[in-house]
Amino acid sequence: MNKCRVILFTFLVGIVSAGMAFSSDSDEYRAKRERMIEEIEGDVKATSRRIGKKELSKSVMKGMANVPRHEFVPGNLRRSAYENRPLPIGYGQTISQPYIVALMTDLLDIEGDDIVLEVGTGSGYQAAILAQLVKKVYTIEIIKELGEQAKGRLEDLGYKNIAVQVGDGYYGLEGLAPFDGIIVTAAANHVPPPLIKQLRPGGRMVIPVGGAFMTQQLMLVEKRNDGKIITKQVLPVIFVPLTGGH
Amino acid sequence: MIRPGFSIFLISAAAISYEILLIRLLSIIQWHHFVSMIISLALLGYGASGTFVALTQKWFVPRFGIFFIGNAILFGLTIVGSFIIVQQIAFNPLEIMWENRQFLRLLGVYLALFVPFFCAANCICIVFIRFKDQIHRIYRFDLLGAGVGALLMVIMLFKFSPATCLKILGAAGPFAAALLALSLHVSWSRRAALGFMLFGCTAPFIWPQEWVSLRISEYKGLSLALRAPNAKIISEHFSPLGWLAVVQSPTIPFRYAPGLSLNCSMEPPPQLGIFTDGGAFSPITWYDGSREHIAYLDYLSSALPYHLLEGPEVLVLGAGGGMDVLMALYHQAKNIDAVEINPQVVELVRRMHADFAGHIYQKKKVMVHLAEARGFVTEGKKSYDLIQVSLLDSFSSSISGAGALTPSYLYTVEALQEYFHRLKPGGFLAITRWLKVPPRDALRLFGTAITACQKLGMDDPGQQLAMIRSWKTATLLLKKDVFSKAEVSAIISFCHERSFDAVYYPGITKTEVNRYNLLEEPYFYQGVTALLGKERNEFVNRYKFHISPTTDDRPYFFHFFKWRTLREILALKGQGGLPLLEWGYPVLIATLLQAAIMSFVLVLLPLALLTRNIMAGRQRGRIIFYFFCLGLAFLFIEMAFIQKFILFLHHPVYSASAVLCAFLIFAGLGSGFSKRWSENFERLRACANGLPIATAVAGIGIISFLYVIFLPLMFQHLMYLSNLWKIPITILLIAPLAFCMGMPFPLGLSKVAYARPDFIPWAWGINGCASVLSAILATILSVHFGFNLVIEIALVLYFISAVILWRPLDKTT
Repeated sequence: MNKCRVILFTFLVGIVSAGMAFSSDSDEYRAKRERMIEEIEGDVKATSRRIGKKELSKSVMKGMANVPRHEFVPGNLRRSAYENRPLPIGYGQTISQPYIVALMTDLLDIEGDDIVLEVGTGSGYQAAILAQLVKKVYTIEIIKELGEQAKGRLEDLGYKNIAVQVGDGYYGLEGLAPFDGIIVTAAANHVPPPLIKQLRPGGRMVIPVGGAFMTQQLMLVEKRNDGKIITKQVLPVIFVPLTGGH
Repeated sequence: MIRPGFSIFLISAAAISYEILLIRLLSIIQWHHFVSMIISLALLGYGASGTFVALTQKWFVPRFGIFFIGNAILFGLTIVGSFIIVQQIAFNPLEIMWENRQFLRLLGVYLALFVPFFCAANCICIVFIRFKDQIHRIYRFDLLGAGVGALLMVIMLFKFSPATCLKILGAAGPFAAALLALSLHVSWSRRAALGFMLFGCTAPFIWPQEWVSLRISEYKGLSLALRAPNAKIISEHFSPLGWLAVVQSPTIPFRYAPGLSLNCSMEPPPQLGIFTDGGAFSPITWYDGSREHIAYLDYLSSALPYHLLEGPEVLVLGAGGGMDVLMALYHQAKNIDAVEINPQVVELVRRMHADFAGHIYQKKKVMVHLAEARGFVTEGKKSYDLIQVSLLDSFSSSISGAGALTPSYLYTVEALQEYFHRLKPGGFLAITRWLKVPPRDALRLFGTAITACQKLGMDDPGQQLAMIRSWKTATLLLKKDVFSKAEVSAIISFCHERSFDAVYYPGITKTEVNRYNLLEEPYFYQGVTALLGKERNEFVNRYKFHISPTTDDRPYFFHFFKWRTLREILALKGQGGLPLLEWGYPVLIATLLQAAIMSFVLVLLPLALLTRNIMAGRQRGRIIFYFFCLGLAFLFIEMAFIQKFILFLHHPVYSASAVLCAFLIFAGLGSGFSKRWSENFERLRACANGLPIATAVAGIGIISFLYVIFLPLMFQHLMYLSNLWKIPITILLIAPLAFCMGMPFPLGLSKVAYARPDFIPWAWGINGCASVLSAILATILSVHFGFNLVIEIALVLYFISAVILWRPLDKTT
């Protein structure tokens, strides 16, 4: 009988402590995520003149606040997941700085009914943010291992409106085009012509330009309703190259 | 004595070979900015060993044989072992501004690579102390070995892969141990020697291949390309000029078309990728002779000059896999001279992948020249309608600042002047660069072109310059004479049809810029108009990046960092501001700091703690200052000439090998000569105290001064020669300078030995510390102020040192 009590007691203690650990773990990440959001909001205010608005879209910030970034980074980097910095995710790829992710998402100017294409799934974090904002996200990853990992991760986290494909993103997904927004996070030496065709008139495409850990500027491609293409180089920071008066 | 001499020869040769090999290895697995770090850590090994052996000699000299053999074996093992450890350290320079741990990892790399040099130096130092009476003979073996080693590695790199060279070098330690064992005349010497010989023979084979296989940074282009499904390396080629890997990626082709117009609906045909040292990329494009398949090339910004010319005679500098040659063929150039420095690249296009490349290098109108661009232009006689300078570096290395510390003689004022002289009337020089926002490369290139024009005597350079930009590239045109109205119209049409932006052409107005690829401000136009205006110097000074024109004296085209901008950039870290900083530079500063700390900890601190007679008294300052100045000055001159001779020998590895070889051999000879010379002075009682040093310093000053003035001219006239001639010429040119530079140190040391022999370890130690620092400091100063100023600082330091020891040292203090 005593033996049974000991087993029961141990079992209960185990459950309670596991629950506490789980709760404190998620609380810790939630608190970090909130700090990250505050930091992004502060950075947005600091660069409001450059990006042309005082704050990013509320839905974008809500999406950023909801997605558990620590689930998208390697286990040994979870503690750094909410620092405002890019992190390595293996295979020579990185998960972008949260501020840049928020800015790119905002630049897409998407709405609830939109369908978005992402080229370069990486960890799946950007897709998860987009999935909070739009009807459907199609994402293509060139590296098989990364694509499969991201697919599993997004399924585990319950994202139903993301379709991950492993393959060549250069041709986009012709059968599912046009897209309201396209984001090309894979390094591109030129904008693939098929992707421009697959952009809906009035849609936007965002391409971060730079190397690993280094998003130099964001290239924004706008397809006007008349089909005309306009591109803009958006520098994420306010940095006036001349000192004194300019 | 002969056998220890040969042991020393072998150790020295292997140590210097290892130094050269490390430059290659680190260039492949990381990037090209570790040259000064490697030279510095080799010197640290020697400095620390000097202190270690000086302090422990009473234990180790009686056990000389064991000490030497132990260190020689360790040297052999750590040559390979240290590199294996370095590959295990997850050092990622791209992350250095994000994560402080990277600094620790850099220190780990530094310490791991320090060990083999420390072991090699222990062998040399113990022989010096054990055979004091034959010190000059040993010194000759030491320096001869080092000189031979420097050149030997270049030859080995032609024959073997860098990883194989590493394993072969590892055998040098056991062989040196065997040679020394034979000289010991003890009962076990022959058996031990045989054992070491056998070990030496098997040493290259004991290391599992996967341990020594090069682990290239996962962020380099080659690693990323190989991630694509079914992508594989189909051939590899080694030479001192670089490791070439040809990659086939059938499932997801390369499609290299930098900055392709968004108005282009064509896709590039299949391509093979040539990666040099895992980074710089050049494609071999599939070509079947049909213009239609390569029509996309007309949608690159570099195609502009072909719209201003009819059937031009073209010179392509840096032909690589042939993309610019294809572009010229597409535009029906009359004749194309394609210049490529690396014969292996040419062979790839001409033979191995000739069918794929459509035999472009065998076409009647294409003539391929194996030469370095500057040399070919300087020495040639032919004139061209178009000189096209290819986009040679990779975008990621350019954008991240990996090349910030790599000199490039292609984009200097002098280079542009030479290109200009080879243009026919009405001809164009076209240079394409990656685009950065805020502008850096483009403005520096434009400013360099303006200065070149002014030096060529043009009153109004603005009439002969034009620049356009795509979203990823900028193309500069410099015309032999002024642009016509028709040409300006053609530029406007070209840009309009491709949605490219005009940055500048004669007569441009503000309303004509920033139309397609919109920037918040028309930064490029503002920049070039300011550069053309009267306020040019003020603009350059006020600009937050270094965009002043590059010259042969300061050829760091990719270095844009200004210290005064650092605080602002760091404050913008959270907003994605870090890419405004080139990471090569912080790595260099970190290397300098750690070199300073490590040389203090490993060289000076043990001396301070373990020597009873710490430097005290009136003499202290003079001795410290003298040897510190010499340590700085010697390496300043050596490093400046290594960089200067890159222009002549075309590659850092050739330059480092030839210049180091000459400095080692002839400084050694100078050192030997100085002893006899100072004895003669003393016999003649002719102001013996300061005159020998002052005379040597005067020699250094005169030769350096002459070289600063006349080397550019000599290079210009000898540029056409092959490296088989140029390497001996380099050694001969360096010889007299190195000979004089070898004298002040032993002359000073003999004075210390006479007055205060207990200060000798300090003299060595301080000189060693200064050398460790100066290898890196010289690079920093060169980047900011140019090579000539580094040489001038060195001359001032030599002059100060001559003054310091003009008066004799007081023996009584």
